[in-house]
Amino acid sequence: MIRERYLNLAVLAGLLALALWALAGDQPFTITLLTKVVILGLAAAGLNIALGIGGLVSLGHAVFFGLGGYAMGILAFHAQNFAPLELGPLSIAGTKSMPVIWLAAIAVSAAVAVVIGLLSLRTSGVYFIMITLAFGQMFYYFAISWSVYGGEDGLSIYVRNGFPGLNTLDPIQFFGICLAILCLVLLLSDRLARSPFGLALNAARQVPVRVETVGLSPTRLKLLAFVISGAITGLAGALYADLNRFVSPTMFSWQLSGELMVLVILGGVGRLIGPVVGAAIFVALEHLLGGLTEFWHIWLGVILLLIVLFARGGVVGLISPRRVGHD
Amino acid sequence: MTEPVLATRDLTKSFGALKASDGISIDLRPGEIHAIIGPNGAGKSTLIHQICGGLRPDSGTVHLLGRDVTAEGIAARARLGLGRTFQISALAMEDSVLQNAMLGALGHSGRPWRFWRPALRDPDLRARAEDSLHRVGLADHMHKRTANLSHGQRRQLEVAVALTLDPKAFIMDEPMAGLGAEGSALLTRFLDELRAQAPILLVEHDMDAVFALADRISVLVYGRVIATGTVDEIRASAEVREAYLGEEA
Amino acid sequence: MSTILIIEQILNGLQFGIMLFLMAAGLTLIFGVMGLINLAHGSLYMIGAFAAAAVAGATGSFLLALAAAMAAAALIGAIVEMTVIRRLYATDHLDQVLATFALILIFSEGTRWIFGSLPLYLNIPSWLAGPVTLPGGIQYPLYRLTLIAVGLLVWLGLWWLIERTRLGIQIRAGENDREMIAALGINISKLYTLVFALGAALAGLAGALVGTIQSVQVGMGEPVLILAFVVIVIGGIGSIKGAFVGALLVGLTSTLGGVFLPELFKLFTDPATAQSAGASLASMSIYILMSLVLIWRPTGLFGARA
Repeated sequence: MIRERYLNLAVLAGLLALALWALAGDQPFTITLLTKVVILGLAAAGLNIALGIGGLVSLGHAVFFGLGGYAMGILAFHAQNFAPLELGPLSIAGTKSMPVIWLAAIAVSAAVAVVIGLLSLRTSGVYFIMITLAFGQMFYYFAISWSVYGGEDGLSIYVRNGFPGLNTLDPIQFFGICLAILCLVLLLSDRLARSPFGLALNAARQVPVRVETVGLSPTRLKLLAFVISGAITGLAGALYADLNRFVSPTMFSWQLSGELMVLVILGGVGRLIGPVVGAAIFVALEHLLGGLTEFWHIWLGVILLLIVLFARGGVVGLISPRRVGHD
Repeated sequence: MTEPVLATRDLTKSFGALKASDGISIDLRPGEIHAIIGPNGAGKSTLIHQICGGLRPDSGTVHLLGRDVTAEGIAARARLGLGRTFQISALAMEDSVLQNAMLGALGHSGRPWRFWRPALRDPDLRARAEDSLHRVGLADHMHKRTANLSHGQRRQLEVAVALTLDPKAFIMDEPMAGLGAEGSALLTRFLDELRAQAPILLVEHDMDAVFALADRISVLVYGRVIATGTVDEIRASAEVREAYLGEEA
Repeated sequence: MSTILIIEQILNGLQFGIMLFLMAAGLTLIFGVMGLINLAHGSLYMIGAFAAAAVAGATGSFLLALAAAMAAAALIGAIVEMTVIRRLYATDHLDQVLATFALILIFSEGTRWIFGSLPLYLNIPSWLAGPVTLPGGIQYPLYRLTLIAVGLLVWLGLWWLIERTRLGIQIRAGENDREMIAALGINISKLYTLVFALGAALAGLAGALVGTIQSVQVGMGEPVLILAFVVIVIGGIGSIKGAFVGALLVGLTSTLGGVFLPELFKLFTDPATAQSAGASLASMSIYILMSLVLIWRPTGLFGARA
């Protein structure tokens, strides 16, 4: 049995090593695949905070992924058209700068998460699952009909956005940016999970009434977790859009919400590195099985089914069973 | 007479045609153990829920330290000084014993919005949690997973979490339930000392414990308090004998 | 806007709502009795449509096709219940969501494997084709009218089944107290398989009936599934009455919104913008409706469970 901390480091180091190996072998496509793993892992790491620690089964996290994507798409669209974004009296210039886009993606996702969270947390159980799913559909249909930004066809961005001092068009440099963000977010999640807030949130998932009885509000704890979670998934959405230089309503689709959940479960719910492991397995399956058979989703379904029925701790749970009560 | 720490006035609560609380007025005075007894279905749980804030009464009020808290929720009442233990343990089973006690300490500190420093390394929280575990005799089991505790140990942990809150009044819902004779005797001795720290409203089926501990007893039957008095008064009351003790005698 | 058009659209909304009811009834029954949230219910709808298309293609009989749709969905439903679903009753909603999401992947891709990606078509039988004239001179397609009638019959049938039969007593007992019905000597796993198969058969029937108006293709189940979820959440999960009221509300809101919101927007803005903005608001409208209902009553209109 491997100590969780070593496993976490091994997975991240492994991703970096693979990317460098692909760089040495001049395989930019492999680097792009690895970047996809990192970004999807980041999106699922966001969901993991709400789902894994807070127990919030959100079937609408694609909302934030899509918002991040459209934050990037819209800002870059206005920059490449040299037409400012007019919001009533406000006139916002477009931008091709990644850091600015990230901040916008985080801010918009967090703001929407506050609203969705406030409304959804009035319910619980199946109702919570369904209302988050419904919010996802709302945004999906809204994006489809929003013809200014491409409607159903989506928006293409000609050139990847820039980051000061780096060449983001170089796959390995963009990979490096994404991996650095992932590491930072995982560090933050790890601290968060063990912080006083994490302790209370963890208890709010298991026994909300106990948390109330010690004078804390489970709803407020969960709301904040939902907002942090949404902001991270939003940031991942902005990066994903930049990876593809394309954003479309499918980023809001409920299948995407389902897939984000699948990533978390494949890896292991509530485990720090779980989402990244889940994303790696998902992308590997998509790539390997996708090459063998057109119908690779069947096998993804079978694997997922087996994990849910027989290996409830996910892959990380198999390798490194959860320990309890240490710092 | 001293001001009661906790008081209910004419609490009434109906579920359809059933009057679960019918004008209940009881109080809890400093330093006392006030036991609530009554047959099953007498409305003890409903009363506890209304006192702790989980259930709004149809009419009547709840006062804590002289303040009307009828409109406050569970969390607000806990912050004002209500320390409750549950009949069926409500603990975070996946977490360690220490973490459960830390949660209480965190609630007492009122500062859960801290995101960086690990909770277990916060000396104040930790000292408060360990002290409570020590007092109930769980210090040696601190790092165990709560799910692995025995039934009796879980009851002890329930009390420990309430202790971390340093409450002005304890509300204990059948703390002896499921404990063996030895466990009951231990807990009885512990509660006996605890009343000096804060008074205890004790709902309990274990009559030996009640008669050993209670300064006063209220008898609840069909949502009404039919008698309140000292142990001797209650033992002597004909009405109580008929309505309640008589069934068991 | 003429009265005739309005009445026509109301009928369309009713027909859509009634079809949603067929889906929602099974979902809500399965949730009420077994506590299971089943995302794969849309797959059973799709299976019904494909079975109907295949049998109609081979025999030319619409009624045989409908029977095949119900039989295929019920059979596959029963098999899935006995192999997979059964293991999920005791688990939490998260596991149920994931396992049934996995089933969607398996069923969708499996169907694509067998039938290919091109849509199939089911024809309206000649004896149900064409319009009828309703009182007031309104022309309305006979087939759609038949769908409304079939849905109402199913509703009556379900009511009879649940209120008046021995099986219904068992189902109602199962909703209240599982241990009780086990204690009564009722074979609970058989009851669960039966309820699941019943829900599946209704989904299969809906798939075949709707597949006749639209096309039969992989992925047709999920949009309907999501709408059916909206229906049972609005109605209150576990309540057949709630599913019926919720289905009509959603059907009418969606259909009438789709027609009248663009018209309404044309009063304020140019036609093209009004069309797209109105259409988008219309497709969002039921989700807005659902959010409003849940904010008002967090367990739906007729939901009892806290």
